[in-house]
Order: sequence, then structure tokens, then C-alpha cells
Amino acid sequence: MESLWDEAVSPGALTRCRLQAAGAAVALGDLRAASAFGGHLESLRGSSVLVAPVEQLAAGTALLELDGVAGRIVLCTPDLTPQQLTWVAKVAECDAVVTDAETPEPLRGCARIYRMAASPQPLTAARRSDRRTEWVLLTSGTTGTPKLVVHSLESLGGTLPRRLADVGTVWSTFYDIRRYGGLQIFLRAVLGGAPLVLSNAHESTEEFIARAAASGVTHISGTPSHWRKALMSGALARFKPDYVRLSGEVADQPVLDALQTAFPHARIGHAFASTEAGVAFDVNDGLAGFPAALIDRPPDGIEFKIESGTLRIRSGRNAVRYLGDAPASLAAGDGFVDTGDMVELENGRYYFRGRRGGVINVGGLKVYPEEVESVLNADPRVRMSLVRARRSPITGAIVVADVVLADGAEPREGAGGTDDLKTELLNACRRALPAHKVPAMLRLVPSLELTAAGKLVRP
Amino acid sequence: MSVRDTILSVFKQVAADQGRTLAPLSDGLRLTECGLDSLSFAIVVSSLEDALNVDPFNSSEWVDFPVTLGDFIKLYDHTVA
Repeated sequence: MESLWDEAVSPGALTRCRLQAAGAAVALGDLRAASAFGGHLESLRGSSVLVAPVEQLAAGTALLELDGVAGRIVLCTPDLTPQQLTWVAKVAECDAVVTDAETPEPLRGCARIYRMAASPQPLTAARRSDRRTEWVLLTSGTTGTPKLVVHSLESLGGTLPRRLADVGTVWSTFYDIRRYGGLQIFLRAVLGGAPLVLSNAHESTEEFIARAAASGVTHISGTPSHWRKALMSGALARFKPDYVRLSGEVADQPVLDALQTAFPHARIGHAFASTEAGVAFDVNDGLAGFPAALIDRPPDGIEFKIESGTLRIRSGRNAVRYLGDAPASLAAGDGFVDTGDMVELENGRYYFRGRRGGVINVGGLKVYPEEVESVLNADPRVRMSLVRARRSPITGAIVVADVVLADGAEPREGAGGTDDLKTELLNACRRALPAHKVPAMLRLVPSLELTAAGKLVRP
Repeated sequence: MSVRDTILSVFKQVAADQGRTLAPLSDGLRLTECGLDSLSFAIVVSSLEDALNVDPFNSSEWVDFPVTLGDFIKLYDHTVA
């Protein structure tokens, strides 16, 4: 596969692709003789580049310009703290940072900083691709440290369609294009020669949908949570996409049905993909889960198996490896990537049942139960606690907690005693944790079950 | 307590717990403008499942997402009945 830029402009025809943000846009044609790096693009050749703009538009431009030029590009998600950015830069051995804003203090001095121009400046040398750039994506861990996942343009986009048959296609996605799900849509647009309408973190769902409708978006993707929010906004009446795609979380039947009702003429599809395993399959029959036949007769170039209840995938779309000191291995010895997603067979169809790892996914945000438990357990009146997911049709899950009190810490008799204690525990969580991690409900229970090894039995 | 009263009291309780300012509750109020975010809304639905023993969002008959508070109450009224 050639570089992203060469693919995007071949075979010589002017591509229709443009990246449209709220209030600004970059057409690929504008980048033929100009660059957001001006005359400095050549000095990034071979570098390991931390791609850290605030705006998606600048990040997308950087990806287009740097693939085939940089040795490695690291796609920073916008939620990283300066400390995390610095850690990522160190692990990925970045010697350059490209950004559209002030560089966080800790990064200065440890890498060359390139401030991207708001509008492209003339290129001083013709664009030239001479290497296979490593693409590094971050998994969306919001606690602790993200994982750095190495891909190539081939693994990310090798099987995506080139040159869409329908020239009217306009893509959009609720995702940020620096996350795997959004990056897939970015590559679909660039490789397919279609415009892409970028989301904006500061825009409400209503505003984004209105902008997508006004921009003539025909193809749009998001997580089931994005779509539930959009359905609740009441803003979909004036939006008429041809294709609606869900990925990133389990798409249940109610959300698929509700979208089909909202968009009677659209194709509603859901896809299974993960940063590590890559895109595995699309389901376009309007039903949740996927047909069991897919496992035995998979699409070309991909193999599935189910072992210990989780879906495992081997394909050219798998990531290559993790980066880091003594990184975990990404695939098993036989090359299969364990997705960690539990599936169950029911009437000829597999349904996703949740994550084996037990990470709670609240509307796309990860919650590690142990982190919340540690806050609860910090109260001397608490003996132990179990934080678990409760299924929610709105956010996929919410966090609930079962708490065992320490001896002698029984709440005082009388009205309000138990409630006061619960409120105090929850207030402690609110002080220590972001809202999605605070238990929505808290029960006092007499005991919690333990395994033979003395560990909490997690549901 | 009627279904309506239960719903209104849960809205108020969750808003208070989540530190959110609730708009004056009326049937015409759009849910997206009531002051609750997705997380608060998820907690409302779970609390109502406990209080009323129904989850209309997970029923096989349910297709239309409620847009206003009135739609929301109607959905629960219909499911409880």
C-alpha cells in the first residue's frame, strides 16, 4: 500500500475529499502545494512524531501529511493530561511534537515542537513518501496509563474501499478521528475520496446533527451511546442519512430498531472492531449480535474462534504489537487476538455479553471497579465493597456498589441513619472521582462472596 | 404515589445527587433541556426500574424514544399499565 497522501490523490483525479470542522475546512486539493508545516515538513522525515493538536482538523491534516514521511506517528487523544502526553512521548521515543496550540510545559525541551499553521503555507519541496510509517494508537483507558498499539496504514486501511461508486457520499462520525472508530471513518473518507464532517467536543448533539444535515452527510457512525443521545435529542427529524453505523459498544436490538424507525430509508449496520483486533465484521441484517455462520465461514482474510467464551480474531487488520517496556503480547502464539469480549450462542446467533476483564463501560468511558472500591474502602466504617456494572439502556452500564460495613459500624437506629451513611460514602466518591465512576446506587449488604484464593467474586 | 409523581421525584432526587440544575418540570419540557446529562438519565431509568419494576427502554415493544417529559411519563404509564 502506498502512503496515505499518494492513495488519496491517485489516480491523478482531484479528490472530493475535504475535512470539514465547525467553521473551518481543509480540502485535499489545498495540500498539493502547501502544508500545515510550511517549509518544515522535510525536517520531520524519519522522526517519531507525537501528533498532539487540540483540533481534529489539524490532527487529520497532520496524518495526511506525515504518513510516508515520519517514521512513526502517535495519535494523541484529546483527553490526555500533560503528564500522560509526556509519558506517551517517552514510551514512543518521540523526537518531535506537532500541535496547533501551546505545548504543555513538560514536553518542551524533550522534543522539537512544530506549531502547525492555521492555513497551509507553500511547500518548499515536492511531497515524497519514502517509508512505511508506524501508526500508534492509544487505547481509551481513562485511568492509569493508556496502552500504545502499533498499526500500519495497511492494517488500518488496507481493506477499505477506494473510490466510492456513489460520488454523493459524505461521511461523518461522532467519534474523534484520533480514536480507532473515528480513524476508520477518516480513512474511509480519504481513501474513498469523500468529504468528512468532523465532530466537535464543544458542540451539543443537536448542533452536531444540524451541521451534519446541513453539510449533506449521507454516511455516519457512532457508538450506541452516541446514537441513544441523538435519538433523545429530537434533532433527527431533519436529518436523512443513507447509512448509519454503530460500533465501539454492544448494539442492542432496541437501539437498532429505534434508529430504523427514525431513519426508515437508511441502512442501519453495526460493526465489531477494537483497537487491537481491528475491524472484524459488519452486521447489516438489522439484528443485534451476529450470525453463528460468520465464525465458520468468515469473510476473506479473517478468522474467528471462540475460546473460554471470548471472541478471538486473526487477520491482517490486527494491530502489530504494543509499545513500551516489557509490553504484553498482543496476540497469542497462534496469532489470534483475544478481544476479551464474552459472547454466547442463542438460536443460531452470537450475542455480546460483556467484557471478561470486568471493566465497566459507562457510555464509552471506562471504569475499573477496583478504583471505585478503593475510595469506598478508604472509609473506616467500610469493610469491603464490590463495584459492578448494572446494565443501562441509556449508557450501556452504570456503576453500582455493594458495601459491607466493618464490625461496629452499623448505622445508628432510626430514620436517616442508613441514608446518612450512604450519602457520606457517595460524597466521598464524588470528591475523589469523575461523575461516571461514582456509584449510581449503593447497597449495604451483610457479606460478599470470595473465591478460594480469597479474591472477590466478580460478576 | 402515582407513576407521574414517582418519576418527578426521581428526576429531582437524581438532579440533586448529581449536582445538576433541573429546569421547571412540565410535560412539554424536552428531555435534552431538562438539565440532566446521559449519566443522570441512566440513573433515573435504573431508579425507576427499582421503584416501578419496569424498564420500558428494554421492552421488545418499545420503538420511539421519548423526546419530552410528557412522552417519558406516557411511556412509563403505558408500560406499568
